[in-house]
Amino acid sequence: MKTLSLIINGKKRTLKCHPLSRLLDVLREELLLTGTKEGCGEGECGACSVMLDGKLVNSCLVPVLQAQGKKILTVEGLAKKSLSSLQKCFMNCGGAQCGICTPGMLMAAHALTQKKKKLSKQEIREGLGGNLCRCTGYGPIIDSIQSLGGKS
Amino acid sequence: MTWVGKSALRKEGEKKLRGEAKYVDDISFPNMIYGTTVRSPIPRGLLKKIEYLPGVDWDEIIKVTFEDIPGSNYVALIEKDQPYLVKDKINHPEEPILLLAHPDKHLLEKARTLVKFHIDPLPPVLTLEESSQKKEIIWGTDNTFKTYAIDRGDVESEFNKAHKIIEGTYETGSQEQLYIEPNGVIATASEKDGVTVWGSMQCPYYVHKALVPLFNLPPEKVRVVQAETGGGFGGKEEYPSVLSGHAALLAWKSKLPVKMIYDRMEDMVATTKRHPSKTKIKTAFDKNNKLMAIDIDFMIDGGAYATLSSVVLSRGTLHSSGPYFCPNVKIRSRALATNSPPHGAFRGFGAPQSLFALEKHMEHCARELKLDPIKFRTLNLIHQGELLGCGQVVKEKIKLDLVVKKALAKSDFLKKRKLFSKLNKKNPIKKGIGIAVFMHGAGFTGSGETFLASIAAVKATPQGKIEVLTSNTEIGQGTNTIFSQMAADALNLDFNDIEVVQPDTAHVPNSGPTVASRTCMIVGKLVERAAEDLKQKLIASRLLKEPYSRKEFITACKRYVKDIGELKGTSQYKAPPHVVWDEQKYQGDAYGTYAWAAYVAETSTDTRTFETTCDRFWAVQEVGKVINPTLAKGQIIGGVAQGIGYALYEEVVWKQGKMANNKMSNYIMPTTLDVPDIDVHFMELPYSFGGGGSKGIGELPLDGPAPAILNAMEHALEIELTQIPMTPEKLMAHMEKKSS
Amino acid sequence: MRGYLPDYQLTTATNLTDALIQMEKGAKPFAGGTDIMVLLDAGSLTPGSFVSLLDIKELRGIKIQKNIFTLGALTTYSEVRDHKLLQKHFPVLCQSAQEVGAIAIQNRGTIGGNIANGSPAADFPPGLLIYEALIHLVSRRGLRTVDYTKFHSGYKKNLLENDELIHSVSLINDFKDYHHFWRKVGSRKAQAISKTMIAGIAKLNKKRVEDLRVAFGSVAATAVRCYHVENFLKGKNLSPNVILEAKKILGKDIQPIDDIRSTGKYRLAVSQNVLEEFLCGIGSDK
Repeated sequence: MKTLSLIINGKKRTLKCHPLSRLLDVLREELLLTGTKEGCGEGECGACSVMLDGKLVNSCLVPVLQAQGKKILTVEGLAKKSLSSLQKCFMNCGGAQCGICTPGMLMAAHALTQKKKKLSKQEIREGLGGNLCRCTGYGPIIDSIQSLGGKS
Repeated sequence: MTWVGKSALRKEGEKKLRGEAKYVDDISFPNMIYGTTVRSPIPRGLLKKIEYLPGVDWDEIIKVTFEDIPGSNYVALIEKDQPYLVKDKINHPEEPILLLAHPDKHLLEKARTLVKFHIDPLPPVLTLEESSQKKEIIWGTDNTFKTYAIDRGDVESEFNKAHKIIEGTYETGSQEQLYIEPNGVIATASEKDGVTVWGSMQCPYYVHKALVPLFNLPPEKVRVVQAETGGGFGGKEEYPSVLSGHAALLAWKSKLPVKMIYDRMEDMVATTKRHPSKTKIKTAFDKNNKLMAIDIDFMIDGGAYATLSSVVLSRGTLHSSGPYFCPNVKIRSRALATNSPPHGAFRGFGAPQSLFALEKHMEHCARELKLDPIKFRTLNLIHQGELLGCGQVVKEKIKLDLVVKKALAKSDFLKKRKLFSKLNKKNPIKKGIGIAVFMHGAGFTGSGETFLASIAAVKATPQGKIEVLTSNTEIGQGTNTIFSQMAADALNLDFNDIEVVQPDTAHVPNSGPTVASRTCMIVGKLVERAAEDLKQKLIASRLLKEPYSRKEFITACKRYVKDIGELKGTSQYKAPPHVVWDEQKYQGDAYGTYAWAAYVAETSTDTRTFETTCDRFWAVQEVGKVINPTLAKGQIIGGVAQGIGYALYEEVVWKQGKMANNKMSNYIMPTTLDVPDIDVHFMELPYSFGGGGSKGIGELPLDGPAPAILNAMEHALEIELTQIPMTPEKLMAHMEKKSS
Repeated sequence: MRGYLPDYQLTTATNLTDALIQMEKGAKPFAGGTDIMVLLDAGSLTPGSFVSLLDIKELRGIKIQKNIFTLGALTTYSEVRDHKLLQKHFPVLCQSAQEVGAIAIQNRGTIGGNIANGSPAADFPPGLLIYEALIHLVSRRGLRTVDYTKFHSGYKKNLLENDELIHSVSLINDFKDYHHFWRKVGSRKAQAISKTMIAGIAKLNKKRVEDLRVAFGSVAATAVRCYHVENFLKGKNLSPNVILEAKKILGKDIQPIDDIRSTGKYRLAVSQNVLEEFLCGIGSDK
């Protein structure tokens, strides 16, 4: 067991856990931030995606020791009192159906739109290639992200 | 302001977007422990002994075998053949034998690997062919779960005098539902307090029905609550009954809350999949190329236990002759047993299998008859007043020819058919365009809805809000939203005045399962009628008069609840008068209505790597009334994407009856880069017996993509393809065979 | 998550010496974790100690000195993918990095991890083989350099001694007038483990092959250079007959197998076809 600190959604959190614990489990079970989901346990589905020091990662593949002292953004950190612009776009365009892939999709979309907000469909497809959705067929998600760049 | 027909925003959307929606694994109870299942490593045998190997303190670990079952050891569904836990006979790989529980879920997993089963193996039956040969009998007297026979006219004499006879054999593989949230349940159980389960599920009352005999408890002492559910697609129709029973058995023994969450590997290897199928079709044509007789032999693999195979077979059988008119019909279908984990519900439920065969066959016939595939189909499409294969007269007006026309126009089908053939001559990447024309009947078949006798209710709260009470679950398709729209319109209220209560058998009536594309059409109608019932009660109490304003209605509700008591409206299902079904002859009005569709797929096949991609897709369908355009479109696009997977990518690799590729890295579901732009077009002929005028659309989009895609590939490659998934490896083998 | 955590230990090393000392005590190197964590998750990771290398600055970064590019072992696929000069001079490396898994994997996976893990389907090795990289291995005894073409000695076997770490790989920018080619054939367009992959570079002189190097991944125990094909093509004119013959000869350089993802027959035929695609494209893109 090791004591370490992480900066989660802007707040420093200190906890005691096994250094090889998956960041996913630390978020969900120690910090009770259950927004980040487990879909596959092998980095294929992207449901566990979070931002680690500004980069999109699969939290099921990150040992918590390697997240020590780093800035982590989870889905819970996207909205303030009201939804973020990205979340509002998803709301308006039907980007979430069952919602289980949604936190990961939002993180991938966040990572993608940090660099550029006006994106082509192909750019969005490439940016989200690591996030699987079984419900939407991706079309409504692509529409959601495109609408962020001003396309209705 | 009316709500039906508008894209009202998803009722629980904000929760989901904030990451605040609580799925079962997000929920914890004090003193909760974890459970796991120890399963058979082989497909068939007799269990002799359970051995607990050293490595963990076995005294600390709760163990449950069949001997711990307080009631009856079978999963109540249709037959009573599937045990919750093996007594001695093992009939499929991964069959549950032993349950374990412990507070440390990692230690529990270690314990699971330290159980050894001593089993005397028996020869397994692993294919449809082996099962039908009946050398080993593994179920009943002849390995047959169910058969159906439909006869009309005189097929034999038609074949004798036919101008042309065309035959074909078509095969479809298994498919994994692959909801992104795996199966999971939390259970509490005691003799005193009864059994309560919370879980990821589609049908709380199915689970309820299964737990009652398992624990030998009165129905009031069993409670089932649906947690937010991350996708179902049929994979959480009947399986949650198994998992709920297991978690509850561990809770019963340990006297603690037990959580059981499958990881992806377990979910894929142990739970239900789409039934594989094999169909033989023989058709007779007259000299005018009219379809005169059809002989269909349809066979599905049900796995080791009956579960829902009889119903899957039924739907597949009733859809097997498609949207074509044929005066002489002979259909024989059967569901056979093999030593695989039982196959189960997956969106489409038999129709994707039989319609794949039929639409591939029609393409084959067009080629044999040297006719344009569109002209040939149009010649034989069904019209109002004519009989479908199951003997149902199409009583309502249909726009199928307009649906086809629109699909052709939007996709520029005819031009591309010619253009691609020309371009392909000098290009290693061959393009093709193909069509599939089909229909899907929503709701339970024949007298099924009458047997279900579903009840829906609406209730006023003390604050004047209206609650919708049904057991139909939100699993992403939009149940909460469309029920709110329909109730709001029925009562002349605002969308936000309506709340949909979480399906909990302690609080909601049994409105039937969330399957068969029935939620919007059948249960939506019940919600509307229940709302009408509530309104009439208010009017009868003299607290309300029509016409009324929204404020007046809310005030009246508040007063009623305060001064008089519970204000509730209910409605129970009654079959529409036009639905007449003969269960004995298996003919008549199989479904209240059908949605009609034409799907077009454009594909590219790289002849160097044999990889095929679907480049564009057009989905045109007539669906009654579109209740919520964004949600409806989302259903079609999502369904088409699953159909693309079914056609090209999703292969279950079977090894000794077990799924060998049970990981997301080697069971291939399409990513964003594999699913093209999908154009969706709706046509509307409102169905008066459906909620808001709707017809069910949840499963329709699974029927069209696979045949449309293979028809496109045939156009591109000038080769006949009769099976799915048509992986690059299979395609290479077919192309080699053709060139040799 | 099937791994039983008490069976494992993970520590950090802040510098190279620290890591090497921990390795002497039995700790195994742990870089981005995209391979090891999958095994842990599946319950198939051999119990033991691991030392995280991610904080070791010396193993990071892409350095360019004159015409030598040196990539630290901890260089991520994202860093390779986005590096403008690598894109210009070693396009195969960037294309292969771009097709590894997806963005979240590319942000964590390292070239050192990819090389050391030694999967026959590893995406980075074929490019390193054709560019004839040098691989630098470091231990407490010092730094030594090996030809990358000799590094992988068999299935999951390489020239790393037990007390050595991969330090970096270096490449000589010598491929100005070459045609570069990369193609990965997987089961889908993202998140795909490859069925076969080809990396090739070629230079013609008056329509004859002056230098041609081709490597394949996923079709042998390791990524392999196709020396039979290369020797056959040297000095030849890439006529249709020559290309056809080269396709046949490829069977001597690769040994594709049947496995859960694909068949040996498919892999061989497709490898031959993408070899042909590579050869047909040479000389046509300038």
